Amino acid sequence: MNRRTFLGSTTAAISVLGFPAILRAQSGPLRIGFPLPLTGPFAAIAADQKRGAELAMDELNAKGGVLGRKVEVLFRDDELKPATGAQRTKELIENQNVDFVVGGLAAHVQMAINEQTKKAGKLFISISQSDEISAKPDTSPITFHEALNPTITGRAVGSWAVQNLGKKWWVVYADYAWGKQNNAVFSEVVRKAGGTVLGNTPYPLGKPEFSAHIPKIQAAKPEVLLAATPGADGVAFMKQAISFGMKKEMKILVPLHFLYYAKEGGAELYADVYGGTNFYWELAETNPQAKKFVDAFTKKFGIPPDGYAGYGYSGILEVARGVTLAKSTDSEKVAETLRKNPTYDHYKGKQYWRACDNKAFQDLWLVKGRPQNKGEWGYFEVAGKVAADERLERTCAEKGHA
Amino acid sequence: MPDITLSALAAQLFTGLVLGGILVLLAIGLSLIFGLMTVVNFAHGSFFMLGAYTGFFVLGYTKSFWAALVIAPLVVGAFGLVIERLLIRPLYGRGPDDPLLLTFGLSLVLVEAVKLVAGKLGLTLDPPAVLAGAVDLGFMKFPAYRLFVLAVTAVVLVALWLFLEKTNIGLIVRAGSRDALMVRALGIDLGRVWFLVFGLGIAMAGLAGILAGPLRGVYAEMGIEIIIEAFVVVVVGGMGSLPGAIVAGLLIGEVISLTTFFAPKLAEIVVFIVMAVVLLARPSGLFGEAGLAE
Repeated sequence: MNRRTFLGSTTAAISVLGFPAILRAQSGPLRIGFPLPLTGPFAAIAADQKRGAELAMDELNAKGGVLGRKVEVLFRDDELKPATGAQRTKELIENQNVDFVVGGLAAHVQMAINEQTKKAGKLFISISQSDEISAKPDTSPITFHEALNPTITGRAVGSWAVQNLGKKWWVVYADYAWGKQNNAVFSEVVRKAGGTVLGNTPYPLGKPEFSAHIPKIQAAKPEVLLAATPGADGVAFMKQAISFGMKKEMKILVPLHFLYYAKEGGAELYADVYGGTNFYWELAETNPQAKKFVDAFTKKFGIPPDGYAGYGYSGILEVARGVTLAKSTDSEKVAETLRKNPTYDHYKGKQYWRACDNKAFQDLWLVKGRPQNKGEWGYFEVAGKVAADERLERTCAEKGHA
Repeated sequence: MPDITLSALAAQLFTGLVLGGILVLLAIGLSLIFGLMTVVNFAHGSFFMLGAYTGFFVLGYTKSFWAALVIAPLVVGAFGLVIERLLIRPLYGRGPDDPLLLTFGLSLVLVEAVKLVAGKLGLTLDPPAVLAGAVDLGFMKFPAYRLFVLAVTAVVLVALWLFLEKTNIGLIVRAGSRDALMVRALGIDLGRVWFLVFGLGIAMAGLAGILAGPLRGVYAEMGIEIIIEAFVVVVVGGMGSLPGAIVAGLLIGEVISLTTFFAPKLAEIVVFIVMAVVLLARPSGLFGEAGLAE
């Protein structure tokens, strides 16, 4: 190495090291931070979100990226802990210079992520359920909510179930934000429909030992048991419900069904268990956009996508759509653009952003576990469809938006 | 509040007995190791978790739950022996703090290692088909597998009692936990007995792990929560006391079960309230001897 090349390469190295943020932010890849609980009871759902986001990233880059820039999604494990979620988000924003944040799973962790993105002025698209994320005081003009929420799911699934399954209910719920919101919404729906909630059972999330709760529930003889037991807790709950003979005594309902947990537990466990979902892969048979998504996903990963893969996919594509239309990576400009161009369809039919609260409205389905799975992944059959409807959600005034 | 009928209460008490059974198996191992070696084994929960994982893999290879039930504790126990020889033995005679820190670190390493090897997703362990259904007990239908867990716990406890009371090694173990110096003075090599007892305690944690797998699911962090309850059991029963571990284990199981019945939200805290009350009234635990922990 002679002096000239030495100087040349050193200068290059210094310029890369010394002026990183500004230069790279203009010409380097478009970076999207993606915190999610890769460990813990929601790990399988998080893995689904991650696959969806990876597919979106690949497809965007295959088309030449966004505004000519490559898209890079940075995944970080939040361990299902609000403090870790906040810390990872902060690191993504401050050290990795991400332009936007998509992700979050679990109602309480996404609030912690949202606090950080609000503070840093970065647009955040939340892709899991929460009632508070799109309501005052937590939400912000740059906070978007792609997923369904307990109010919408509870009103849709609850009113259907109280008509079709029975009027005497018992609620088992994980004692944290999402579980409590479900308990509140479903109980209200049941009471309004003239039913009764005989009792409820809170339990700590991620501690799926239900045996001490079960005799009391059996003694109360409910017709419908709502199990707001998310993630891996749900598999444990179904097993224990069967082993105590509860499944024969009452109809079991879950707010949401998850394909990979049904696969893990087996068809027998989820047979005739009803639940809601934002997406099921067999929708590909009737919806062309779903077919495109399911085919590409299955080709890449060898398994079909479930609902949360759809959220991850759609969340990344919405950031890309906003940036492309706004011709800018400025969070406020992108947010404004999405509100002005609210309609999109990435994986399951038309959805739209409601301008007053940045909430996505979308179709949802009621599905039921098949007694015998159809093919390797055919665990659910459709019992009904509920079209996107703002009446299922609180009004913007009710959510504190003036 | 549901009607408190006698049969509902009986059902609840019975459920608590099974919850307590698993805790007893864990606490006995902890207490045995502490009583003899004054090692507070923080990694006990990780061995519990290893038992469940080993059981899962043995079940995968042999297709037999029974084989897994026998092999998993043996494998975990053997692993415990290796740990004793390589890591814990050099720390003997250095007070309880060093082994405590070591085993705490070990527990973190084991949890992360299992995540690397077996993945971060939980696994599902199914009980054998024979034990899949429910048994009618008259006052309630009770899962056959939970009855089986209770029976295994009872058998293990009886075997352990026979071992400690009726064999020569048992005699040395009991003597060694009373006064190690005196036993040494009689020309007995306590090191070998410690080695053996450590392996035995760990094997029992492994057994508890595979038994608990079908009840709670198998995941890397499964030992972290239960070990806290097991420590509460050991403290309530009296550090190092085996009858204490049994009585306190069943007591804590019942306390959790009954609190769940009357006030589910308190079930998490109530075990610590019990511990605090017991410690206030009897600082060395229900069956503990004063001064043993010093």
